[in-house]
Amino acid sequence: MRKKTLAVFKFASCDGCQLSLLDCEDELLALAGAIEIAHFPEASRAVMDGPYDLTLVEGSITTAHDAERIKHVRAQSRTLVTIGACATAGGIQALRNFADTAEYLSVVYARPDYIETLASSTSIASHVTVDFELRGCPIDKRQLLEVITSFLHGKRPSITDESLCADCKRADVVCVMVSKGMPCLGPATHTGCGVLCPRHDRACYGCFGPVTAANTGALAERLFQLGMRKDGVKRVFRSFNAGAPAFADESRKHE
Amino acid sequence: MPETGHDHADSIDTPSVLSAAHFGALLQAIRNEGYTLVGPTVRDGAIIYDEIESTQDLPIGWTDEQEAGHYRLKRRDDFAYFGYVVGPQSWKKFLLPARRRLWSSVRREDGGFTIEPEPLPERRLAFIGVRACELAAIRTQDRVLMEGSFQDPYYRAARQGAFVVAVNCVSAAPTCFCASMNTGPKVSGGDLALTEVVSPERHYFLVSPQTARGQAVLQRVEHRAASDEEQDEALTHEARAVSQMRRKLDTEGLPELIAAAQGSAHWQRVAERCLACTNCTMVCPTCFCSTVEDTVDLSGQRAERHRKLDSCFNREFTYLHTGSVRESGAARYRQWLTHKLSTWHAQFDSSGCVGCGRCITWCPVGIDITEEAAALREAVDQS
Ligand code: SF4
Ligand code: SF4
Ligand code: SF4
Ligand code: SF4
Ligand code: SF4
Repeated sequence: MRKKTLAVFKFASCDGCQLSLLDCEDELLALAGAIEIAHFPEASRAVMDGPYDLTLVEGSITTAHDAERIKHVRAQSRTLVTIGACATAGGIQALRNFADTAEYLSVVYARPDYIETLASSTSIASHVTVDFELRGCPIDKRQLLEVITSFLHGKRPSITDESLCADCKRADVVCVMVSKGMPCLGPATHTGCGVLCPRHDRACYGCFGPVTAANTGALAERLFQLGMRKDGVKRVFRSFNAGAPAFADESRKHE
Repeated sequence: MPETGHDHADSIDTPSVLSAAHFGALLQAIRNEGYTLVGPTVRDGAIIYDEIESTQDLPIGWTDEQEAGHYRLKRRDDFAYFGYVVGPQSWKKFLLPARRRLWSSVRREDGGFTIEPEPLPERRLAFIGVRACELAAIRTQDRVLMEGSFQDPYYRAARQGAFVVAVNCVSAAPTCFCASMNTGPKVSGGDLALTEVVSPERHYFLVSPQTARGQAVLQRVEHRAASDEEQDEALTHEARAVSQMRRKLDTEGLPELIAAAQGSAHWQRVAERCLACTNCTMVCPTCFCSTVEDTVDLSGQRAERHRKLDSCFNREFTYLHTGSVRESGAARYRQWLTHKLSTWHAQFDSSGCVGCGRCITWCPVGIDITEEAAALREAVDQS
């Protein structure tokens, strides 16, 4: 049987998510045995032409050129999975969606006319059909392996769309919001990170983006009660997943 | 309510007095019977349940301050061993763990696969410091997981192996309402029932064996018959918990009332505040719902099925081929409260709530089941 092929493409991003793949040290050999890495410039010089069986896309769309390029990537991919907050929600660079890009350009660059960029940073799914979105800034490598393994063996990935609180409780972590009054975004955040922050006595800042149907309004209300001010509430919803509609809408309410 | 899996002692004698200094010997005597001790201990700013070795691991001199959506660990001005109420965890942590492997399977040369079942837990646990509401919660889960049509062999093994040291509450948290639910604050059951008396003059436990094996363990530790005065003092301590209990839940006709309130506009009002975060179901000592998760290794040679606790606040909990049955937050909150206080009766012959107050304390936005039940009652009365 022909080995299935894997391709990795990068758009506007920091590389952190695709490096999670190389970070799978223990599993890398098994991975290389199970799948043919056909296109992964970060890891190998071999660049095979598509079509690819599984394509992982990192990064968001911020230029007209990339808006075209993603269509070609989609056309070359049987299954397309976006990885990370940039690809699924526009990333931290989606902060431009709330500002005037032309003004930024004039302040930052000596020759703004050299820069060609869109006014917004958007998710891959707002340009092409996406088969699965893997959350996180960066993604969790166990979840990435779960997606690849599930793809190879034709099963649904065991990745749950529920709030971080569920895994926080399953891990027997004491709630930092209730026991210490910390402003935690966990109740509105999609699980998947392995409860990294509350495990280390930190409140979640939402790097996996909103859980489906997150009640951000009620959470914002609670953040106010815990002493956070308008500007703070606006900012907690405006980080790596600022472009995710649920967080974007909530942050706009506190402008 | 019958205690499952234990023989009651023929006669319950006068309670005994065990001095605090000998409490460690009691723990040791239980260990000598082959039990692993699990009990309260301080970790990460809360009193949680975990493996303990000796008295030193107990939350000596600590207490908990609780309100809706609020918990703080506080120092007491004495050295009480059990001077707190209940924390975020319950004994469900050990009887119905949040995650358990159910089986693994390995692919064979001939293309088939061999299933390896998950062995039953062998460790016998002794639960140290089980409160009245918690004993009631364990009995509630017994009915669900051992006495109904669905039998959970893992639960049964853990449960039947367990030795229970119950402790009477001598103070109640503002979130407690066990008196309304008829489950406490006085314990009935377990193997040994204790009341801790701490005063400037003395520190002792009034001990009443509840089973023959409880009696047998007590025999191995230095103790003596309690005087009338010591018994009275313990009663005064217990009475404090009753008089402190502030929250109430009016259970009169409640199952029918909630059934009648299914169309109420009130569910939507709660849903506006509810985060659907699952905390209430996760901390509830009677909630038992689970889902299964399948994993395969990269080579496709080995697969595993795990069971993990789930919650009716998750959209995926009722996901069918066309989507989630309970899409709205209102439908999900309604499921939780209705199951706890109404349909549980039809299903398992009791309330699904024992009044421990955990769902109130650990709800990040402080939604209070007693307040919501009262609001529903009012809404139904007015319609
Ligand atoms: S610490 Fe945060 S994520 Fe964990 S239960 Fe509390 S609110 Fe939820
Ligand atoms: S706890 Fe929240 S902020 Fe921390 S890693 Fe997880 S999702 Fe990201
Ligand atoms: S519903 Fe709330 S008060 Fe009742 S048993 Fe569950 S956690 Fe305790
Ligand atoms: S309240 Fe919800 S999670 Fe708890 S037992 Fe009922 S259906 Fe299950
Ligand atoms: S009632 Fe509270 S704890 Fe329960 S799901 Fe709603 S917000 Fe979370």
